[in-house]
Amino acid sequence: MKLKLATYALAAVMAAGPAMADLVFPSLSYRTGPYAAGGIPFADGYADYFTMINERDGGVGGVPIKVIECETGYSTEKGVECYESTKGQGALLYQPLSTGITYNIIPKTGVDNIPVHSMGYGRTSAANGKVFEWVFNYPTNYWNGASVAVKHILDQEGGDLNGKTIALLFLNGAYGKEPIPTLNVLAEKHGFDLTLLPVEGATMQDQKSQWLQIRREKPDYVLMWGWGAMNPAAIQEAANIRYPMDHFIGVWWSASENDVLPAGDGANGYKALAIHAPGNNFPLYDDLKANVYDKGMTAGAGDQSGTVLYNRGLYAAMLAVEAVKTAQGIHGVGQIDAAMMRDGMEALEMSSDKMAALGLPGFGPEFSVSCENHGGNGLAAVQQWDAASKTWSLVTDYISPDSDVVNALIAADSAAFAAENNISERCN
Amino acid sequence: MPEQLLFAMEVILNGLMAGVLYSLVALGFVLIFKASGIFNYAQGVMALFAALTLVGIMEGQVPFSHLINAVFGTNIHEFGWQVPAVLAIILTIAVMVLLAIAVERFVLKHLVNQPEIILFMATIGLAFILEGFGDLMWGSEIKILDVGLPQGVSDIVETTTFGWFGYGFFIDKLDMVAAVIAVLLVILLTIFFKYTKQGRALRAVADDHQAALSVGISLRFIWVLVWSIAGIVALVAGMMWGAKSGVQFSLSLIALKALPVLILGGFTSIPGAIIGGLIIGVGEKLFEFSIGPLIGGATENWFAYVLALLFLVFRPQGLFGEKIIERV
Amino acid sequence: MIYREAGDFSASYKEDSQTFPIRFDRIAFYAFVVVAFLVVPFFINDYWANAVLLPFLIYAIAALGLNILTGYTGLVSLGSGGFMAVGAFASYKLMTSFPDVNFAVHILLAGFITAGVGVLFGLPSLRIKGFYLAVATLAAQFFLVWLFNKVGWFFNYSPTGIINAPPRTSFGFEVTGPAASVSVKYVFCLSFVVVLALIARNLTRGSVGRKWMAIRDMDIAAEIIGVNPLTAKLSAFAVSSFFIGISGALFFSVYLGAVEVADTFSIQKSFLLLFMVIIGGLGSIFGSFAGAAFLVLFPVLMKNVLTGWWGWPTDLATHVEVMSVGLLIVVFLIMEPHGMARLWQIAKEKLRLWPFPH
Repeated sequence: MKLKLATYALAAVMAAGPAMADLVFPSLSYRTGPYAAGGIPFADGYADYFTMINERDGGVGGVPIKVIECETGYSTEKGVECYESTKGQGALLYQPLSTGITYNIIPKTGVDNIPVHSMGYGRTSAANGKVFEWVFNYPTNYWNGASVAVKHILDQEGGDLNGKTIALLFLNGAYGKEPIPTLNVLAEKHGFDLTLLPVEGATMQDQKSQWLQIRREKPDYVLMWGWGAMNPAAIQEAANIRYPMDHFIGVWWSASENDVLPAGDGANGYKALAIHAPGNNFPLYDDLKANVYDKGMTAGAGDQSGTVLYNRGLYAAMLAVEAVKTAQGIHGVGQIDAAMMRDGMEALEMSSDKMAALGLPGFGPEFSVSCENHGGNGLAAVQQWDAASKTWSLVTDYISPDSDVVNALIAADSAAFAAENNISERCN
Repeated sequence: MPEQLLFAMEVILNGLMAGVLYSLVALGFVLIFKASGIFNYAQGVMALFAALTLVGIMEGQVPFSHLINAVFGTNIHEFGWQVPAVLAIILTIAVMVLLAIAVERFVLKHLVNQPEIILFMATIGLAFILEGFGDLMWGSEIKILDVGLPQGVSDIVETTTFGWFGYGFFIDKLDMVAAVIAVLLVILLTIFFKYTKQGRALRAVADDHQAALSVGISLRFIWVLVWSIAGIVALVAGMMWGAKSGVQFSLSLIALKALPVLILGGFTSIPGAIIGGLIIGVGEKLFEFSIGPLIGGATENWFAYVLALLFLVFRPQGLFGEKIIERV
Repeated sequence: MIYREAGDFSASYKEDSQTFPIRFDRIAFYAFVVVAFLVVPFFINDYWANAVLLPFLIYAIAALGLNILTGYTGLVSLGSGGFMAVGAFASYKLMTSFPDVNFAVHILLAGFITAGVGVLFGLPSLRIKGFYLAVATLAAQFFLVWLFNKVGWFFNYSPTGIINAPPRTSFGFEVTGPAASVSVKYVFCLSFVVVLALIARNLTRGSVGRKWMAIRDMDIAAEIIGVNPLTAKLSAFAVSSFFIGISGALFFSVYLGAVEVADTFSIQKSFLLLFMVIIGGLGSIFGSFAGAAFLVLFPVLMKNVLTGWWGWPTDLATHVEVMSVGLLIVVFLIMEPHGMARLWQIAKEKLRLWPFPH
């Protein structure tokens, strides 16, 4: 029986054989499982943008895009299966949208020579292009995010945080622990106290202890690094204890409509970091409507358009397409391969003129990528939720992080990785 | 009164409230275990399924819309009507009863007289089926459940305790409602078991399957009955947790919270489930409050089990479990 | 017709008690092993190794281990995920502390360390029985995962707590790290599987195994006939944890290469392993393999058929896949409640009589 199963599986793999005539973008999505609520809008946005490019422009530089969607359910093992099944099909770029899968793929990138773009997630020190040749995490990363959040708090407090307390509520796993080293350094620098409040992933809806502690100790600000069901539960609990919502700041993964809507009016004023603008008030949406929605070619149910995570999917796809254009410019061919894609990503420049020309004026921060710097300029803005109109809006400009602090940490962590894996620095 | 003591009291009160919610989930397990000796692994998924169905009916969602759209190329999502909460709850109960009938008809009937581990395994299969079915039917996006349950800090408790101690206690109104509902549920179940014909039949089955059969009690009916009740308990638990953070996949994980409760209280005792829940709730919250900050927090998960373990070492059959008599 | 025992005579006790008493089985088994070792490595590609065979082999080791505890000794364990984590972190600490040692040695040491931890958490089993014992193992599960997530020493103080397997060699071949060839990885895991399966088979049919089974069937009776429950139960915990620790070490270092403990070794993994053992067949070596194969290969197969062939949307395919696993479990149970191993046995017996069943 095992053999028979094996034959079928083999046949299946053969059937999905390579099709080299396209620009292939695997989408390791999760439309099922515990984090589906976040995975669905991202995957929809990612696919819809590529569809629009195909329909409107006939592809990039005349070469059509092919998206291979593969369901990971946020599980690393399924992610491995997806990676292995798609990498032979001419994949140009992986965006796994999962910390676990990103860490799993990072070592393989150097062998398979396919770049990874973990946009605002994954391994923070991958911003150091000297060590991580194939990994990119522009426009920003968690450590920059933590720094931007503290800067925003500094702004609100008139530049002085001495004696203040900031609590970090985080998902007790790799993702949630990311900002801690940065916040520790910043706490020393600015003289605030940092309280750590871990939330166990298996029972992330139950945060009573953490919020009772917040109510007792009354930290001046609460930062949140949450994902999935942890976010709405936290915002609901914050509303329950009447914590001042504008002192509660989430990272960009705790920033979607899904997170604030369940708490209703109680969520009004909740803040979150943003790496791109929310809403659908952009000329690009007219193109999407004409070329995708009206033709019934949406990837999902079509009801996610304009949400924060849908926009993030659009943004990720847009950056990928721009990198393809850059790569085509460098190498002078339309049908690029993964190595050329990497060159394109490394030479990517996002200026405001470029974004405006794409129909996305002011959508994201300006940044440029180089051989040494795979992390962009690290800018992030702050967005705020208005419960009455049910919309997010940006309340600050893009704030630049405290680069001295963050870059030193990145250098230290990537050096440790390089030593452990015998990697010699490049770009010299 | 010293501040720390007040804080501890607040933590204990909230632990009791959390314990009630754990008990609600555990209750569903106990009912089925008592009547049929099955450890129903699917209880958590049943809570998710019930909550999904409730929201789906209330919002007038078209069931299987995604599947229909994919197969026929249509684009339907909603009927366009809103069903009042009470009606939706009744309809959901009907769905849960149908589910119970289906489970009996297609699974349990074929597995009469099998060892417990086999029946446990069947519920594993059931959990998989329900998980896929629920998502297929209603989609896996997060859904907002609003059946009009109050939420937020209770002002009465806060101001009263502030008047007494100079520190206002925090009690979530939703937790208070849950506690009331749990008490009502237990009273209703007790009355049902004690004073109705079906309830007595159920207790007879719990005591001895064969003897119950021989006096003419229909085992199949009892199973449908007990799975229906467990379905209703799952619905209540799903509503309470769903109101907190939306209805989504993670809801099925609340079953994890019920395991130490069950083990502590004994699989067969309804009072055990309640008291076990309270002990676990208070114990883990108090530990997190007092010891947690010293060792880095997020201790609740494992401490619940350590607590249950400590009790078990002294009473291996659980607090209220039937005494294990072993003969060779 | 071909599958016959006629003409197969046992001339000694040794022959009578061998693992495959029927010659056809024996030949088929040896042929299978030869193909697995000498043919498959030359044809294997990345997808087959990383997505199908490696997880299957590694899960099979864990299922074997859990089967020793749950199937042979009757002690229900929901701590397997935690014990796998012990193996993974032990191998990580060893491979980063002693990079030049043969990696196979590290794997074995990781197994022994896990065995020690397993014995420690097995102590309550002397007093607590049945489903109630699950609590002791669940405490292990949650506590161990919490510990590995919390204490920086275990993950060499990396900021995230994710551990990465650096390249290490065994007998001159690179077995971990991204550059290791999949054939080497496959043969490395397969060797462990074969050796461990042999050990498991011989332990379970020897005096140790008989003691375990006596405890499982009726512990008080076993005690009366002279089986020491202390040594029997703890040895079951030790052997079982040894297996599970090895599988955890391989899972981390050879298969995934990077592991986040709260994610990879969560309670879901413990349940998955328990499902494998129950569905495969409690108290059966073959069952451990069958259960692992079913729960690893079937979803991959379904996924390839539904999305690869028929082009279904991925979410629909996943829902249907999950439902089908559940349906198949129920159908299997109704057809044959004692797991796939029993089903296999019945099939063989039918085959032996075919085409004249009477």
